[in-house]
Amino acid sequence: MFILHVEDVRENHRPQVGGKGFALARLWARDLNVPRAVCLTADAYRTFLQATGLDKKIPLEIHRKNLENARWEEMWDTALRIRNLFLRAKFPRDLEHALREGIDDFFRGTPVAVRSSALGEDSAQVSFAGIHESYVNIMGTENILKHAKLVWASLWSDAAILYRKELGLDLEKSVMAVVIQEFVPGDCSGVFFGKNPMDGAQSVVEAVYGLNQGLVDGTVEPDRWILRRTDGKVLSHTPVLRTKVISPARKGVRLVKIDPKKAQVAPLSQNRVKAVFTLGTKAEESFGQPQDVEWTFRKRTLYTLQSRPITTDLKDQSKDEKSWYLSLRRSFANLQEMRTRIEKQILPEMISEIETLAKQDFSGLSDKDLADEIQRRKKIFASWNEVYWKEFIPFAHGFRLFGQVYNDKIHPEDPYEFVELLRQQSMHSLERNRLLQDMAALIKLDKNLSQKIRDGRLEDVKNSKFQKLLKSFLGEYANLQIFDELDSAPLKRLSGLLLELVESSPHTQKKKLSTARKPLSPEQFLSKFTKEDRDYARGLLDLGKFSYRLRDDDNIYLGKIERQMNRAIFEGRKKLKPRFPSRYLKFSDEQIEKSLRDSRYNPHVERSKRKQTQRHTWQARQLKGQPAGKGLATGDAHVISEDKDLFEFKKGEILVCDAVDPNMTFVVPLAGGIVERRGGMLIHGAIIAREYGIPCVTGIADATALIRTGDSVTIDGFLGLVIIEHREK
Amino acid sequence: MSKELKTLVQRILESQSLGVLATLDKKNPYENLVAFVSSKDLKNIIFSTAVYTRKYSNLKAFPNVSFLVDTRSNSEKDFHECVAITAFGQAKEVGKKEWDKILRLYLKKHPYLEEFVKSPSCRLLQIQVSKYIVVSEFQKVLEFSV
Repeated sequence: MFILHVEDVRENHRPQVGGKGFALARLWARDLNVPRAVCLTADAYRTFLQATGLDKKIPLEIHRKNLENARWEEMWDTALRIRNLFLRAKFPRDLEHALREGIDDFFRGTPVAVRSSALGEDSAQVSFAGIHESYVNIMGTENILKHAKLVWASLWSDAAILYRKELGLDLEKSVMAVVIQEFVPGDCSGVFFGKNPMDGAQSVVEAVYGLNQGLVDGTVEPDRWILRRTDGKVLSHTPVLRTKVISPARKGVRLVKIDPKKAQVAPLSQNRVKAVFTLGTKAEESFGQPQDVEWTFRKRTLYTLQSRPITTDLKDQSKDEKSWYLSLRRSFANLQEMRTRIEKQILPEMISEIETLAKQDFSGLSDKDLADEIQRRKKIFASWNEVYWKEFIPFAHGFRLFGQVYNDKIHPEDPYEFVELLRQQSMHSLERNRLLQDMAALIKLDKNLSQKIRDGRLEDVKNSKFQKLLKSFLGEYANLQIFDELDSAPLKRLSGLLLELVESSPHTQKKKLSTARKPLSPEQFLSKFTKEDRDYARGLLDLGKFSYRLRDDDNIYLGKIERQMNRAIFEGRKKLKPRFPSRYLKFSDEQIEKSLRDSRYNPHVERSKRKQTQRHTWQARQLKGQPAGKGLATGDAHVISEDKDLFEFKKGEILVCDAVDPNMTFVVPLAGGIVERRGGMLIHGAIIAREYGIPCVTGIADATALIRTGDSVTIDGFLGLVIIEHREK
Repeated sequence: MSKELKTLVQRILESQSLGVLATLDKKNPYENLVAFVSSKDLKNIIFSTAVYTRKYSNLKAFPNVSFLVDTRSNSEKDFHECVAITAFGQAKEVGKKEWDKILRLYLKKHPYLEEFVKSPSCRLLQIQVSKYIVVSEFQKVLEFSV
């Protein structure tokens, strides 16, 4: 039994139709004006999985890495791959025939909503509201079946996997039924909470014009009414500035500006608020406990779209955590707002802050004033660091959303193919790498210059072009710890790096094994959209590109603020040289600040212990991570533990590090391959590796402890493997 | 070879997903569990491996292999019910000509390995089996050539 009409659902069908399907059947039986609906059963899901091999492929993806050690970015990758598996899998013939027949007969071409109804979700104990996907205004059997697959796949979204794990549910026993419901293009929609989580004596109605998708995902702010739970008396109404509305488009929905006249009037009259309250009360009677009901008004008729028990009596903690999981999904509208804020406000403010800080001359400052300045700059850095986490990191969802839409349209074999359309030449770290490459090119041409570099006399170089490039480079990189030292060692190390670059041809692409295929063009993607939707697609691509570039640039801007903080600390250290000539280089930032404030303070410097890295008694021969940059490479490992290691990097070596920081990408063109502890296909290291066509494997736990400098390492960037031939001790 | 024995071997090779592949480096035997499929006529056993593995290097240097498939359940009844089949033969990379056909056969049994097998750094290999040794009822040993 693959398909069941809502009116035929009985108590024993609950394990087939899931919580939502079962609740709708009850509401239908109580005559609560539920749109006509059918359920694709749990058997349909299981049959699809078995016939397509997904029942075995999904566990392989899920167990690619121990979930306990996986970062959310890695979970997103897992979810993306599984979603693509669903999109590419074909319905087995029998199942497709049964579903097509059932859907054709029942809906006969009318638009529908395709909703998730996972088994065990929306019980009184747990609520999956908003975790799984639902799609509205879907037309045509083919399209409905495609969206049913996407609803199935949403059982394996990063939010759903993480939330299930948090609740201690068995991932592999998860099953998804689907509700296909006649679509009601409501004029005004909302939710009803039978019991206000903040005050048990109240009920709450939230309402927006148009459809309630915007309300559910937070794009459209609702008007809110607080009612007395016993009789529905309106206790308060909180109107909002009504600016946007979600309306049905030719396909799906779109966010549009609200009609200015409508914006002046609340979406519900007092009578309608009452009608919603009555509906909610009836739903509560049906289930014997307070409900969270989604409803819509179409002209004068009030429809019940779905109802689930309220679970907010649960401890607050799990509620907070769920909202975090939900934040893993961002709507296009939400991301566009973020972009405007980042582009028009945050970045200009950040640049202006950097310029202001850079202009300041510390020479006239007293010791105490300098200590104050150090403290002020530390605060400035901390506040920008907060902006970085609050704004820049979530904005990375911009290119993730593009990737999802790309895969939905194209169904590519490689779920990361979309990155090709996001790549661009204007990334800051690439521009900076060019400075080094230009310096290397000058050295190659100028014998005199070359000799000076070989002699390690970088400071004696007269070539003005080279001096200019060097100055720019030092300006960019002086936030590296290495340039805080007050000796000439850093410049010597830089000479070494430049000579390595002279020997290599950084502009040439690394040899890689990949299937020859024409490069992608944006038109290939855009042509998949109807004329009406092409502007949206173009906007999404543009958003994706900006978000992808920012993933690199944000670190650089933050690095520049950090450098301005370090500049003051550096000045403080310099001032302490006469007082503590043998120890001033070893003081911590706090000790510098304190010494400047108190002339009697004598900082205690602990003898530096050799950094202990965790060593294992066994050796790793082959490690598995994520194939973040395609290709194969073999070379000697060069483990980066501190900044100065970067300057000893030799051409062709395999860069092994904890995480590729944008401030260290200048060695990437020299690297034969990259191994990174931090996991993810779209993290900075992976992005930059792809830019240079370098094989890269990310997510190798303990990479810097298991691999030693000098080990012969092979990177299989297709399968995400790192094979290690240990150097004899 | 009796028809029953051939049917038994076919049934067991079809029922098991993994087998133990033994290769040889310069000094030592080396074993791996690998996902396999066998041809109906029992002449070939197909498996896959990434190229940067010990087994692949071993095979390149020395293509003679043995391959064990068994029905053990890790209980006492293994001593009278378990059947162990060892195949001997030479392993070689599947040639371009037959690649599509053999890949289809392999993926029919192991559809979840599609991404792995299709990776440019993975190879599909076939053991051309010369002989099978079938051990059953604890110590009953039968041999046959194919």
